[in-house]
Amino acid sequence: MWPVVLMSSLGCFLLKLTGQSVPQRLLDNPKVRHIAALLPVSLLAALVAVQTFASGQSLVLDARVAGVAAGAVALMLRAPFLVVVIVAGVVAAGLRYWGLAA
Amino acid sequence: MSAAATWTEERRSVIRDATGVGIAVGAYGIGFGALSVASGLSFAQTMALSLLMFTGASQFALVGVIAAGGGSIAAGLTALLLGVRNTLYGLRIAPVLQVTGFKRAIAAQLTIDETTAMSLARDEDAFEGRSARLAFWATGLSVYVFWNLATLIGALGAGALGDPRAFGLDAVIPAAFLALLWPRLKGRDPWAIAIISAVVALALTPFLRPGLPVLAAALVAVIAGLRAGPALVPISSAPRDAETGAREEDGAAPGGGPA
Repeated sequence: MWPVVLMSSLGCFLLKLTGQSVPQRLLDNPKVRHIAALLPVSLLAALVAVQTFASGQSLVLDARVAGVAAGAVALMLRAPFLVVVIVAGVVAAGLRYWGLAA
Repeated sequence: MSAAATWTEERRSVIRDATGVGIAVGAYGIGFGALSVASGLSFAQTMALSLLMFTGASQFALVGVIAAGGGSIAAGLTALLLGVRNTLYGLRIAPVLQVTGFKRAIAAQLTIDETTAMSLARDEDAFEGRSARLAFWATGLSVYVFWNLATLIGALGAGALGDPRAFGLDAVIPAAFLALLWPRLKGRDPWAIAIISAVVALALTPFLRPGLPVLAAALVAVIAGLRAGPALVPISSAPRDAETGAREEDGAAPGGGPA
């Protein structure tokens, strides 16, 4: 695990340093900016979906769905981050504890 | 009122805001530290990520992909792709800071959602640029300290909690990603891109190794960005969102969080 921790940390630093160092005009075009602004949306949405429904290479419905849905409700109610994740965890763990979901 | 008194007030206000953002980011840091250790990373690896990677969304992604069995290359690539936005923040913030050499390297490490947002929120010309520069450095210091302290607390706490599945860790991870995504979903276009990306990732899940469907979904952003008109998603929108309560990912993680 250490190689990926250190290599990707270095990579993230170099990405930051590139922005501070390259001439403005090199990266400052609208398409590059759009892609950079949209990448987090794409990646985070894909991560939400996959981590909610995937189990290895299969798609399953289990307690995670209810947990994430409860987290979404907490977000709509403007709950802070820790409340959102705790609600999600408690709902999923509770359903499993009572045998209501896998 | 003299100019000096005004600067004193401005400085106090900048430092107060910076401290507030640092404390807010701490909540994500506790979440990151706990998730990382519960996902199987060691305490030292968890701290290394917060100290060295210091961009919350990338850190969450790396840990999340590993927890889902995605393998280290997919985990690293996902973290890097999420870090790309910091390059754009650097472009925007470099003319404000005007630093070189070692100071530039420090500035680069601190270039995340929160520092960019707080600095750009100040008038660039006020006090000959001192206000915007102080906002960057004060927020950077505050977020760096609180993010790492919070990671430490979360990592120690998770070690004491025991079996991750018993407290619903596998639901906590996607909920954390949803919380990082939430403030970016302003307007119709981000929603559309989020939904298409989610569908693409799920559709590919049966056919690709874990971790790869998420990377494939990044192509949705690339295609949408190439097709977009000039008005879509100004670069400043993400930092502004972060300022109103999201973390960063990266910047301050969380995300960016430090993100």
